[in-house]
Amino acid sequence: MVPIPRKIRVLIAKPGLDGHDRGAKVVARALRDAGMEVIYTGLRQMPEDIVEAAIQEDVDAIGLSSLSGAHMTLFPEVVRLLKKRGSGEIVVVGGGIIPADDIPKLKRAGIKAVFGPGTPLGEIVSFFKKAGKGA
Amino acid sequence: MRHEDERKVLEEELKRWQETTLREALEALPERRKEFITTSGRPVRRLYTPLDVAGKADERLGNPGGFPFTRGIHPTMYRGRLWTMRMFAGFGGAEDTNRRFKYLIAHGETGLSVAFDMPTLYGYDTDEPEAKGEFGTCGVAVSSLDDMRILFSGIDVGGVSTSMTINSPASVIWAMYLVMAEGRGVPWAGLRGTIQNDILKEYQAQKEWIYPPEASMRLVVDTFEFGSKHVPEWNTISISGYHIREAGATAAQELAFTLANGMEYVRWGVDRGMKVDDFALRLSFFFNAHNDLFEELAKYRAARRIWAREMRDTFGAKDPRAWRLRFHTQTAGVSLTAQQPEMNIVRTTIQALAAVLGGTQSLHTNAFDEAYQVPNERAARIALRTQQILAHESGVANTVDPLGGSHFLEALTDELEAEAYRYFDRISELGGVIPAIRKGFFQQEIANSAYRYQREVEDKERIVVGVNDFVVDEQTEIEPLRVSEASFKAQVERLRKLRRTRDAKKHEQALERLFKACESDENTMPFILDAVRAKATLGEICDVMRQVFGPWEEPLLY
Repeated sequence: MVPIPRKIRVLIAKPGLDGHDRGAKVVARALRDAGMEVIYTGLRQMPEDIVEAAIQEDVDAIGLSSLSGAHMTLFPEVVRLLKKRGSGEIVVVGGGIIPADDIPKLKRAGIKAVFGPGTPLGEIVSFFKKAGKGA
Repeated sequence: MRHEDERKVLEEELKRWQETTLREALEALPERRKEFITTSGRPVRRLYTPLDVAGKADERLGNPGGFPFTRGIHPTMYRGRLWTMRMFAGFGGAEDTNRRFKYLIAHGETGLSVAFDMPTLYGYDTDEPEAKGEFGTCGVAVSSLDDMRILFSGIDVGGVSTSMTINSPASVIWAMYLVMAEGRGVPWAGLRGTIQNDILKEYQAQKEWIYPPEASMRLVVDTFEFGSKHVPEWNTISISGYHIREAGATAAQELAFTLANGMEYVRWGVDRGMKVDDFALRLSFFFNAHNDLFEELAKYRAARRIWAREMRDTFGAKDPRAWRLRFHTQTAGVSLTAQQPEMNIVRTTIQALAAVLGGTQSLHTNAFDEAYQVPNERAARIALRTQQILAHESGVANTVDPLGGSHFLEALTDELEAEAYRYFDRISELGGVIPAIRKGFFQQEIANSAYRYQREVEDKERIVVGVNDFVVDEQTEIEPLRVSEASFKAQVERLRKLRRTRDAKKHEQALERLFKACESDENTMPFILDAVRAKATLGEICDVMRQVFGPWEEPLLY
């Protein structure tokens, strides 16, 4: 019997109060169409909620989307809480309206990649595929 | 009879042209693509002729200022008065935004438009845990009457018209504005402005909701009722397609959902016992201006025609002013690219041109740096200058509806109108707007369109300059706009002082009375005003309502 390969599991989350969900939904759908198991949290998730959902759902990676400018507070908090819960291996990436200066800071805080406006979906899909294999 | 003869001649001529001139041309040079589509994916034919435009011109178009207002709501349009140049602005604390307002006024803007930050939009005070990290990032924080006073200090609130993009907590923010004006001795009867207050599109697209739909609608109708009696010049709603479009909808969906929402508000107002003529004059609209010039133009014209017909014939409005659809326009934020951002100035110009050719009453032009941040001063000024060039240099404001009569435009207007009516039927089949929201109908339609658009970009069926073609590898320099830590501290300190120094008993009683009013059928506006006068904060007032009305859980889909 050949084992059925486990599907890559991804959590797409909207941290904070930001209601702009177009990008998050498009990415969620592209990942699903690429054969991944996608869990979409919906809006207004506190970092604690996101981490809890990620652990419960046993995901390989988390995609955080924010267009309201709160990314510097919320994204690193998710990484910090994951580590605290012993789930630091879950890959965290971000997307949205992120000023260029913030990207190196986010990466230093453990955000593995930042996808700004205009990023091809294909690039995001291959990133998650790699992240899933590494898990 | 003569009409039919003319038609026959036209048909024959067209046929001859297709069989000879056109065929030869296509043989010599095939067209660039098999199908040409609009920004919304609508197929566009090679040529439009009078044959594509059905019906009688007087019924479809009328004259400007007359039913069905297809050509514009005023007889002279911009020859009489230019549109209001109204730049959406807000960041940081009230002091920061007050400075930006004065800057924009100094550079020639003619109306104010307030952008609030996320906590304010959700009815939280700056110092609440839910507000963490969100202070002033994409709008100004207004948690109390004191903030509102600072926001408008030194600005002639009796003279200027002020638009406020606020929805779920709209009645509270409006109350703060009214009490601010009252404190300065400006009578409410003369106040002009708009609160967005369009909750239906929040559930559909913008997602800044607090309470369930029915409770929210009751608050909206409370403002209609209160406004018609006490603040008669104020637009108590701006029924908005903008956010529906930004979330991914097509032009036809934007048109259809917005007008369906508009009619839903009219039904609720009538159900409250108001006469349609008593509140319909204060209903205003807000549309997007995307890249596809003719499609956008057709959308505005179809909107005016549908609204005029529905208000007159379906809702029985007698006052011709109630048939007129007045609208604000904002250029499409979603069209702005982070790549080669200067090109956004060009996109915005085309979009603003569509709004002006479409007969808008007021206009916001986006700044080129908005794929990165809330605009810096220079970018905001360029955006305003774009409008001034259109108004004073382009010549398009010299005549009324300059493109009216274009075969393409008229055919497109008819098509969009017909598509809107097909959507109205579907919404009715689902039980109306609110049941359709609960079923996730609008949300799924919008998500589907957004995904289809993105796939077209991915597959290069659609070219976005600088993004999937004409790409350059260069570092973009944008002068950053940062919200200062000092503004945050000042805001928190101001809130603490307010809570410390207000009359605790008066404050408590006002909130108790508001609680009871929310539980009853009474109009909530007078109680909200009293709570604001007693220095209750936005978060406190919304907490009372959250207790009474409960939360809203949206259907999860993508």
